[in-house]
Amino acid sequence: MINRNPQLDENGILQHLLTTEGLPASILLHILDTAESFVGVTERDVKKIPLLRGKSIFNLFFEPSTRTRTTFEIAAKRLSADVINLNIAVSAQSKGETLLDTVDNLSAMNADMFVVRHSQSGAAHLIANHVRSDVHVINAGDGSHAHPTQALLDMFTIRHYKKDFRNLSVAIIGDILHSRVARSQIHALTTLGVPEVRVIAPKTLLPKMVERLGVHVYHDMSKGLKNIDVLMMLRLQNERMQGANLPSAEEYFKYYGLTSEKLSLARRNAIVMHPGPMNRGVEIDSAVADGKQSVILPQVTFGIAVRMAVMSILAGNQA
Amino acid sequence: MQLPDAEILFKDLAKKIKNDCDKNVALIGIHTGGVWLAERLHQELEIAQPLGTLDVSFYRDDFEKIGLHSEVKRSTIPFEVEGAHIILVDDVLNTGRTIRAAINELFDYGRPSRISLATLVDRGGRELPITAQYTGIELTLPADKILVLKREKSGKLSLDLYDKNLPE
Amino acid sequence: MKIHIRNGRIIDAKQGIDAIQDIFIAKGKIVAIGRAPDDFQASRVIDADSLIVCPGLVDLSVRLREPGFEYKATLESEMNAVVAGGVTSIACPPDTDPPLDEPGLVEMLKHRAKNLNLAHVYPIGALTQGLKGERLTEMAELNDAGCVVFGQPDGLLPNLRVLIQAMRYASTFDFSVWLRPQEISLTSDGVAHDGEVATRLGLPVVPVCAETVALSSIILLAKETGVKVHICRISSAEGLAMIRAAKQQGLAITCDVTINHLHLSDMDIGFFDSNCHLMPPLRSSSDRNALRKSFADGIIDAICSDHTPVDEDAKLLPFGQSEAGATGVELLLPLTLKWGMEMQLPLLKVLAKITSSPAEILGIDAGHLSIGSAADMCIFDPDYYWKVTSSSILSQGKNTPFLGMELPGKVKYTLVNGHVVYEH
Repeated sequence: MINRNPQLDENGILQHLLTTEGLPASILLHILDTAESFVGVTERDVKKIPLLRGKSIFNLFFEPSTRTRTTFEIAAKRLSADVINLNIAVSAQSKGETLLDTVDNLSAMNADMFVVRHSQSGAAHLIANHVRSDVHVINAGDGSHAHPTQALLDMFTIRHYKKDFRNLSVAIIGDILHSRVARSQIHALTTLGVPEVRVIAPKTLLPKMVERLGVHVYHDMSKGLKNIDVLMMLRLQNERMQGANLPSAEEYFKYYGLTSEKLSLARRNAIVMHPGPMNRGVEIDSAVADGKQSVILPQVTFGIAVRMAVMSILAGNQA
Repeated sequence: MQLPDAEILFKDLAKKIKNDCDKNVALIGIHTGGVWLAERLHQELEIAQPLGTLDVSFYRDDFEKIGLHSEVKRSTIPFEVEGAHIILVDDVLNTGRTIRAAINELFDYGRPSRISLATLVDRGGRELPITAQYTGIELTLPADKILVLKREKSGKLSLDLYDKNLPE
Repeated sequence: MKIHIRNGRIIDAKQGIDAIQDIFIAKGKIVAIGRAPDDFQASRVIDADSLIVCPGLVDLSVRLREPGFEYKATLESEMNAVVAGGVTSIACPPDTDPPLDEPGLVEMLKHRAKNLNLAHVYPIGALTQGLKGERLTEMAELNDAGCVVFGQPDGLLPNLRVLIQAMRYASTFDFSVWLRPQEISLTSDGVAHDGEVATRLGLPVVPVCAETVALSSIILLAKETGVKVHICRISSAEGLAMIRAAKQQGLAITCDVTINHLHLSDMDIGFFDSNCHLMPPLRSSSDRNALRKSFADGIIDAICSDHTPVDEDAKLLPFGQSEAGATGVELLLPLTLKWGMEMQLPLLKVLAKITSSPAEILGIDAGHLSIGSAADMCIFDPDYYWKVTSSSILSQGKNTPFLGMELPGKVKYTLVNGHVVYEH
């Protein structure tokens, strides 16, 4: 049985980043602190440092995502690593090669690190359990399970604007059921000591027993947004906007879309976050997305530094 | 063994730099001990340019061996590096590898006209062709000992010697 | 061949025997228990001192993977695993490729199994053609070919109009219908129980209501048609309560549970262990505890292995894409004994769930040690613990959540029709 947390070695050292669940606060904070100094690097004229010179990082994207892949690519390049992008959705998998066949082939090309995006929950765990002990795996999103680097950059952004986690009220709003981002955010927030984490969604978009993850459940924005310091909006996938999950995008926007009016129910200095790409007019109104309280663009900037931090910490943790 | 008084070494070092440089020189301290020393020098010598700091963790050549374990500080260079005369300040000069990393990092900010090196203690043991232009003292120490600069709450500087294998 | 089994502790649930006695076998049948018949000259004496002698086990769900999935397992490999597990009669689900919906296929399977001369094979006939849930199969013809019961495996329940007709038709001939309750429209691509674990891991779910909704349809239609119905692989406490109520109403309903669901819960999935990808899914620990306890009041009639050998490649995939199922026929006895010990139940009652009771459900004359009956037997050491490893199990499928565990109960001899078909 595979019941050991496969991210950590026997000494508790981070070998892979697969999920924020089960990681001690000290590791999360070490990543955020390291990212802090990478922000300094990204503000220089020369944005490149030689830390991962000679390392090969493979972006293994079994599910297309130009955006996320690009941020990992920039992060790796700024660390001077060699980056190889593979869009597996259209190559090996269609020839009948299995996921692990692909990984074995690339490992034979002396990969040092895999950045994995896959439509199935657990795909990154499977790869991490399979690779040589000196190869590191970063989960860039697996099914509805986890997206730890997104959650970490969100934590970085929250700390940047709010300084301390221990007196915050945070609301995560939208399709919690299908969201890997929400799950990773919840685990990171509770680990970092945020005392009040809420999820706000209609019942069709909430998984069973979600309160066991340490959140309070709300179905009504006017109640759920009261005294909130941080609003974390989630993307609503197109295919969920109509049918059995929701009647229409319009109705969703009316009751759960973030407008200036609804935002005014939260604390006056609350910040608004979104992992992107946004559906304006569905989960968020343009006036809010582009408004004073929005920190959506800084999130993207910080995302590079956070991914640089994760890559360099993993590369430095040799088994 | 009896270690020299860091405050006396500091005074000597400051005097040497003062005799040699004008006030337009820029100081950059290397984390952590080098920054404490640079702060004191910056004050003592009444340097006009703001003080810079470097954390060379991202440029070290032993990353493969030790990784990024300790907290990395942000490097801040609050002046134009291009064409500047810069004095790098570090507490102890030993193999020269830290200075190599610092010079590399500095060049990612621009091309200085000149870089000099100031150190409180030169303990020998160089592995790279690097020399300090300003030195508080030269000491020969056993290879299994680590020499560090400490700063008390009052700001007073002192030297301390550890066994390599013992944690601080 | 005459065999004398000496000094064994004979446990026969059907006759209520639990005593140390000798058994005498001749011409494939049990000829005496206790004292040897006159002129009995044993050609072989088996010393069963400190061993238990019980009827050969009857397993209500063993997939031999033939025809169609020979790369996962073959008849030879799996029949050897069957007798190594002390099992002498097995019911085989019809979900082969092609499905067991034609007399010719059934005859061939029976014939191939018979040639191996190991355990008795009882194919479960497909209830609908191609298991598609649209048209009835030739049940009477299939019965002539050797199918004793009819089923739709793994939740492929036909729509209710077809199901009620299939039940009526089966009851015409007094065939029993075996169904695993799972409402497909509530399942979609689900792979895990709808609880905390699936929520944490972001896995699509098979909710408990998929079982209970289907179960309520099956129970109501069984009542309407009067057919004998066997509920396969019950997994939830709520489902169990519905069966209890149906039994109390006097319905001809029986049910079984798998060894996996008796011991494991969704927590065992851990970090996406695909060996714990089973169908029905492993449910919560309170469901599991309800299943474990329910035997006291006789609600669950039998324990089966739901033996499903899966090739390694089909398990080395992300959890949701991996193939469901676990190998298990060799673990049926050990895991049933383990459960009995943990629940502090008498061996007689424990062994009934894998001998006499499943034999009755299957409607075969087996699962007892009466004089004159076929000498199908399992002789095992209850105190011998062995480790489950890929080399200690004979099945071609090495996929089980119990890999690496030490389990009690080692089969020493298996006899079928008076022949020793396995010995350790």
